[in-house]
Amino acid sequence: MEPIIVHEGNTAVLPRVNVDTDQIIPKQFLKRVERTGFGQFLFFDWRFLADGTPDPSFELNKPEAEEASVLLADHNFGCGSSREHAPWALQDYGFRVIIAPSFADIFYNNCFKNGILTIRLPEKQVYELMDNGKEEYYKLKVDLEHQTIQDSKGFEAGFEIDPYWKEMLLKGWDEISLTLQYADHIDAYEKQRGI
Amino acid sequence: MQPKTIIEKIWDTHAVMSEKGKPNLMFIDLHMVHEVTSPQAFEGLRLAGRKVRRPDLTFATMDHNVPTQNRMSITDSIAKKQMETLANNCEEFGIDIADLNSPNNGIVHIIGPQMGLTQPGKTIVCGDSHTSTHGAFGALAFGIGTSEVEHVLATQTIWQSKPKTMEVRVNGRLNPGATAKDIILSIIAKHGVDFGTGHVLEFTGEAIRGLTMEERMTICNMSIEAGAKAGLISPDQVTIDYLKGREKVPDGEAFEKLAQEWRDTASDEGAVYDAVVEMDSEEIEPMVTWGTNPSQGIGIHKQIPDPANAESDHDRRAIQQSLDYMDLKPGMKMTEVEIQHVFIGSCTNSRISDLRAAAKIAEGRKVADGVRALVVPGSQAVKMQAESEGLDKVFLEAGFEWRESGCSMCLSMNPDFVPEGERCASTSNRNFEGRQGKGARTHLVSPAMAAAAAVAGRFVDIRDLKKPSLQ
Ligand code: SF4
Repeated sequence: MEPIIVHEGNTAVLPRVNVDTDQIIPKQFLKRVERTGFGQFLFFDWRFLADGTPDPSFELNKPEAEEASVLLADHNFGCGSSREHAPWALQDYGFRVIIAPSFADIFYNNCFKNGILTIRLPEKQVYELMDNGKEEYYKLKVDLEHQTIQDSKGFEAGFEIDPYWKEMLLKGWDEISLTLQYADHIDAYEKQRGI
Repeated sequence: MQPKTIIEKIWDTHAVMSEKGKPNLMFIDLHMVHEVTSPQAFEGLRLAGRKVRRPDLTFATMDHNVPTQNRMSITDSIAKKQMETLANNCEEFGIDIADLNSPNNGIVHIIGPQMGLTQPGKTIVCGDSHTSTHGAFGALAFGIGTSEVEHVLATQTIWQSKPKTMEVRVNGRLNPGATAKDIILSIIAKHGVDFGTGHVLEFTGEAIRGLTMEERMTICNMSIEAGAKAGLISPDQVTIDYLKGREKVPDGEAFEKLAQEWRDTASDEGAVYDAVVEMDSEEIEPMVTWGTNPSQGIGIHKQIPDPANAESDHDRRAIQQSLDYMDLKPGMKMTEVEIQHVFIGSCTNSRISDLRAAAKIAEGRKVADGVRALVVPGSQAVKMQAESEGLDKVFLEAGFEWRESGCSMCLSMNPDFVPEGERCASTSNRNFEGRQGKGARTHLVSPAMAAAAAVAGRFVDIRDLKKPSLQ
């Protein structure tokens, strides 16, 4: 996986609460057996009109969201189904960082496992960023190492992150190889329980 | 000894490694696999040249994509490929599978309990958020993503931060007409779609103790709709009686020993939780959701809320967003809302007792004109049981469609869906936008309420059904 140390990118604003994974990647696209290529289906039902053309009223289709890699989202983002196709689609579309006041648990973890940095900030700060993000080419700089977020206008905030996930993202590690280093612990556990 | 909750007990006996301040490495006793969230995981194993560590603790089924009519001739070529991919993967990696020909085939969360794979004290995972269903047995069961599926296949473990514990106490006895579905919809309506975030819920209290295993599964199934990591119920005699004699449960002395272990897993008297929420059964009425998340539900006689009265800006927006999608107005009563579709099925409510409850309402009545009503049993075994009781005939005579088992219109990945702009009374667990089809409007209800809506063509209170006008 590609490590994240400092990420700087354009923002997209999605001021909707309780955005569920069914919206992030509608179920008709879950039948693929590959892991890549889901970006084209991201937010499909919101993004496209019935005739297949982009819906200009949808937030990600607005000019200010062009080439965004930082998503500013609202409360309980990623709720619903545990489908990992949701982070695959967000990543394949180009997002590396998602900032919201709260996330659904499974989605939050799934993002880390796929190299997306999810950041919880207080509602007030997120709404401030969302306001700023209404202008075109509003950029944020996210420094994972120092756990800070900055823009060019003087916004600066720190954020919390589990040290485990931080290290995984900084190094771009794959979790299975990490765990397999502890194979003797697993052997010993199985033996002790006789299973 | 310090009294412990069942959650802590299971946690402590399954931690392979626990370093302070880091996620623990947890051993997984049962890994259930289905066709939709597994292909990329097996692909990952193959690419890395890895094996499945414990095929004997892994069990697969096909459910999400399965057609409920002519299930053997699948016309959707991508769905077919996904099912074939699962069958091939299971063969290659030595995993038992309940494929479409197997009498054990059915929705993953229905067949685990039915076969006795699901047992108290186990850690259970599956690449599906409703894995919390298995918590009804006092197992710590939660949904995982595909990367985690791959991780569990390769290592039989998973990294997890210790969750917080929350007691959800349901006091008193249920009102007539109120069911397990109404309990969980009421709890979520009262406390919101994210009150459980970061927690494992343990449901306790008189109302919960009085439930059958099938009803307990309905409750735990929807814990995830409260944002919880998992939901469970401490095992008791009801649990033990349910499991006795099931295919994967040992008998004789081995069973007695196991049953004692199960009893010991239950939360100790006086155990302390990180949080407690309560609900009084008296408050619980037959529920219907009006919005696009499961917390947007009300008692059948209540009025649809007005966004103007919302407590916060965030709630106001959420309510307005939902009303727009659902094409409903504040102040309307649910009994005024007409439906065009009914779905009785899904891992929330497709067990035999659910079908019996629906059949009781359907018997001697007719599905209203202009309503399409599907009954989709949760597994082939449930279907056979229902047919042996003649429930299929009751449904067919009343004008319901009687289908083969599968997830069906719970998420409409198979050919069953609700057309755009139409309304469905559904016994499933999610009323999200587009869940049952693009633009489809879903209202969550109990099986009896769904059957009643089918015959009335609109939502009705099952307690009023005896009134002649509805017969
Ligand atoms: S019935 Fe619905 S919720 Fe249950 S496993 Fe199938 S799709 Fe998921």
